[in-house]
Amino acid sequence: MNLHEYQAKELLRAVGVPIPPGEVATTPEQAEAIARKYGKPVMIKAQVHVGGRGKAGGVKYTPTPAAAKEKAAAILGMDIKGLTVEKVLVAEAADIGSEAYVGIIVDRATKKPVFMVSAAGGIDIEEVAATTPEKIHYHPVDPRYGLQPFEAMQMGFFLYSDVKQARAAARIMQQLYQAFIANGCSLAEINPLVVTPQGEVIAVDAKMVIDDNELDRLPAVASLRDESSEDKSEVDARNANLTFIKLDGNVGCVVNGAGLAMATMDLVKFYGGEPANFLDIGGSSNPEKVVNALRIITADPNVKAILFNIFGGITRTDDVANGIVTATKQNPLKVPIVIRLTGTNEEQALEILTRNGFSAMTDMDEAVQRAVQLATQGSAGGAK
Amino acid sequence: MSVFIDKGTRLLVQGITGRDGSFHAKQMMEYGTQVVAGVTPGKGGQKFEGSVPIFNTVAEAVEATGANTSVIYVPPPFAADAMMEAAAAGLTLVVCITEGVPVLDMTRVYPYVKEHGARLVGPNCPGLITPGESKVGIIPGRICAPGTVGVVSRSGTLTYEVVYQLTRAGLGQSTCVGIGGDPINGTNFIDVLQAFEQDPKTTAVAMMGEIGGTDEQEAAAFVKQHMRKPVVGFIAGQTAPPGRRMGHAGAIISGSSGTAEEKLQAFRDAGMGVAQRPADFVPLLRERM
Repeated sequence: MNLHEYQAKELLRAVGVPIPPGEVATTPEQAEAIARKYGKPVMIKAQVHVGGRGKAGGVKYTPTPAAAKEKAAAILGMDIKGLTVEKVLVAEAADIGSEAYVGIIVDRATKKPVFMVSAAGGIDIEEVAATTPEKIHYHPVDPRYGLQPFEAMQMGFFLYSDVKQARAAARIMQQLYQAFIANGCSLAEINPLVVTPQGEVIAVDAKMVIDDNELDRLPAVASLRDESSEDKSEVDARNANLTFIKLDGNVGCVVNGAGLAMATMDLVKFYGGEPANFLDIGGSSNPEKVVNALRIITADPNVKAILFNIFGGITRTDDVANGIVTATKQNPLKVPIVIRLTGTNEEQALEILTRNGFSAMTDMDEAVQRAVQLATQGSAGGAK
Repeated sequence: MSVFIDKGTRLLVQGITGRDGSFHAKQMMEYGTQVVAGVTPGKGGQKFEGSVPIFNTVAEAVEATGANTSVIYVPPPFAADAMMEAAAAGLTLVVCITEGVPVLDMTRVYPYVKEHGARLVGPNCPGLITPGESKVGIIPGRICAPGTVGVVSRSGTLTYEVVYQLTRAGLGQSTCVGIGGDPINGTNFIDVLQAFEQDPKTTAVAMMGEIGGTDEQEAAAFVKQHMRKPVVGFIAGQTAPPGRRMGHAGAIISGSSGTAEEKLQAFRDAGMGVAQRPADFVPLLRERM
């Protein structure tokens, strides 16, 4: 789960990280009022779950409250990489002397939380990593002991030669690590970490990604989820315990298991089609899941054919068949459906489907080819 | 011969009285796996299916039954503890089926299990099967057949798909190992490839990876340097769109790594067979065996 910048900043403020004040606005008038209250130049920052906001025009400097209203009006409602801006953060603009980068991620290779720090922070940090990797210092932390003060100081001195600044940065890194662990993060970063002309070290932007597997035991963190900023069909799918990602093609896919779901999408492309989505109904075989999956997929007007690819292991294919029958009785399908299922209780599943007027296949390649063919025909027909 | 599990595997089931644990314990017993003990705290002294003794702790179960392998079906909040308990009790193979284990838990479990000398497979994996001998986990037994192809995979149902196609084409398997798709897991591709290379019964390997991370690239380098047996690889997610990634840390640590194309190129560079789709495994393996 991604947090907004303002949410990440709240969690970091709570552990003591120095951050310029800021508040969220959903209207230009609110933005103006916040700017007036601060009485200083502010930054208006789009709160969307996507990188590269600044480069997309979603972050603006405003010297006056009137300008804050105008800039907020321009940013609210803006589309950034397919997401609509519903909220802006109005934050006191910081005086920036230098910009550094501090991030923590759970690293697959070392199997530990790893710090990455660089004195060359800011929006081009990925470029820095690619072209001058020596400017980035990596430090894995043993999670059984946590980040030790000397480790934080080493990183502080990697960033700054001034001992006061190195100490301040080290303290922030310990606070960041504390927040990272306490909130079940898979990523936390401060970029930029700024030294002001007065020599203070402050965090000007922050990002956090929470491991979804932590949400059950961290209800306070889970409550930060902002459904208004997510794709509607993806929210709907998550609430139905389905993993769904919307894509641009016309073959709607319903598959059990992420690996098979990806392989099915690959095969759709292999045979010249385009998948409309990634949808994993998971390991259990509750017919209700199939009903929800069909509802979500058929809500997409681009879908010209539906493809089921189910390999029954834990999933019982007769449950899937019952789900298909129930769903299509509630809402008759307007597009053709191709069903491939094999594995646990396959005979019963085929019997249920045949009795209800469906046909099913057992070969994955044949089913995908058929679905692509039907989607192509459907699109051609629709264009007339 | 086989890798990791065989007829001699003496299995203990953690969470044997739960919904998933009891169902799959029965399936494993029907397959012929020696299920020698179950563990559910508070149910010590009872019997599962009238025959398998249940214990309160793993240590007691190991002491009483000589179990050497554990399979874990406990819910995610308790999985980390269950893995450590199994390793602490001296089990040499610990297989965690549970899906949804927090990754920060795994940063603590991984070094603990290693220090106790146990091999961990998973979490979030379908487990292992040595067809005709032993099944530990949830891979459907009837889609497998004894043979000489070693199978190693990051996913569940995709593994079933490929194994099913191999079996239908008459290519049996020595052992199938599902290593799981989580960012931190106990056993990686290289561990399994190394075991297959040393296993006299295995004559070729089918390997199924996914996009993300660099495990497949490292596995390809291992194949190039250390393996004489043929390996055919597949990557799921060749057409997956780039995610709306937040923050920079992921890109900094992995560079461009993780795309399907990069992984497939690593396979080609290592002289591996490259399956464009699951159906390509059968002909590519046949050519090489």
